[in-house]
Amino acid sequence: MAGIVGYGVHVPSYRIKVEEIAKVWGDDAKAISRGLVMQEKSVPGPDEDTATISVEAARNALKRAMIDPQKIGAVYVGSESHPYAVKPTATIVAEAVEAAPEMTAADLEFACKAGTAAMQVCMGLVDSGIIEYGLAIGSDTAQGAPGDALEYTASAGGAAYVIGKQNTIADFEGTYSFTSDTPDFYRREGQPYPKHGGRFTGEPAFFKHVLSGAKGIFDKMGTEASDYDHVVFHQPNGKFYIRVAKKLGFTEEQYKTGLLTPMIGNTYSGATPLGLAAVLDIAKPDDRIMAVSYGSGAGSDAFSITVNDRIEDVQDNAPKVSDMITKKSYVDYAVYAKYKGKLRMAWMP
Amino acid sequence: MKDIVRGWRHIQQRYNLIGSKCSQCGNVFFPSRVLCPECRRKGKIEDFKFSGEGKIHTFSVIHTPTDEFKTLAPYVVAIIKLEEGAQITSQIVDCDPDMVEIGDDVEMVFRKIKEEGEDGVISYGYKFKLKN
Ligand SMILES: [Zn+2]
Repeated sequence: MAGIVGYGVHVPSYRIKVEEIAKVWGDDAKAISRGLVMQEKSVPGPDEDTATISVEAARNALKRAMIDPQKIGAVYVGSESHPYAVKPTATIVAEAVEAAPEMTAADLEFACKAGTAAMQVCMGLVDSGIIEYGLAIGSDTAQGAPGDALEYTASAGGAAYVIGKQNTIADFEGTYSFTSDTPDFYRREGQPYPKHGGRFTGEPAFFKHVLSGAKGIFDKMGTEASDYDHVVFHQPNGKFYIRVAKKLGFTEEQYKTGLLTPMIGNTYSGATPLGLAAVLDIAKPDDRIMAVSYGSGAGSDAFSITVNDRIEDVQDNAPKVSDMITKKSYVDYAVYAKYKGKLRMAWMP
Repeated sequence: MKDIVRGWRHIQQRYNLIGSKCSQCGNVFFPSRVLCPECRRKGKIEDFKFSGEGKIHTFSVIHTPTDEFKTLAPYVVAIIKLEEGAQITSQIVDCDPDMVEIGDDVEMVFRKIKEEGEDGVISYGYKFKLKN
């Protein structure tokens, strides 16, 4: 089966604290922080968007993959915040990593799981022999409406994976997906902010799909929680992540490395790919990893992965997730609102 | 439309710092040139990709930009001496303007350069950040 040849990440360097947002809306910051298991989130700079985050992550992935980018036969960018409604992000990325023009490309959208969907598409194209290498990216600059609960978590970041068969650093053992029509979260065309179904987003949506995805891959691989050294889940907040991990019988030792939301927020399509990258940053040969994404609407993609000997040769070739997390500067709500385009300026029509 | 075409022609230059090099004398150029000013007709010009590493030669802090760059203010614009030789003018992103100094090491990043209004094309390309 196909494997991971290289991976790379990008998280914008600006942060806003939960307290700073709570102050604006008169919320109890401590209660929110405790309830969501969240301290702060990343904020994209005014000149960052899903395309720029994808390019930075892809360039870092290529530093680890060390392949001729012209051998990339497909580029897929999964996001719910593509800069254009019509015009692919993937072509911008392909040109910026010098993979164009002899390749295919497309943008994918499936709420927070479009990044893992992109990985599955690349696995299929590689395993069928149609392409030698594929570039799969999950990246977002998520929007939460001012005053909405999502504003505490919706953040920005992304991760890119070069998928192939030659010179892998980790190998896919299998993948399993669980999908249903569940309108727990959506955004209509032309609307700036998404809507969500409140409590409906928990049990019938996130938990049902993630648990089914995890159990599906256990059955398919004949594994159980104790067979894995690390596990990563989608993480709309810290609370859901920890609860689903415990429900499946994973220990803190297994789930802690991939849990990034308390420090950077929910990076949507970037979340599971970034969590997996944080695990690969510290993984050792023969480590076994399970990753389960979740996208509203709704579905989960689960992966069983084994790390191989080459991992240690590439870990230091590009910035690690921990480097991106520690390199930060705080903004207040006013600067955050300006950077996120929440203000209507004098010169706007 | 004219602006879109002009931007599109320069994608390789703006995305990947592709300039040119005269293989006769070794001089590098950014943006690229079709004629080497030293070797003239004897020069051999070819595409050259810069590494994206360099040092700040000089800089200034912009406090009162035009409307389209107001969300960035205050920001640093620097003349950067690229490792391979050529000089380039660019914004230095994600930094406190008070912390920037002449001689600082910088590296290329990929950012949004400008948007043609809310319904126009978005231009992307190189900017630089402090290396540390
Ligand atoms: Zn010359």
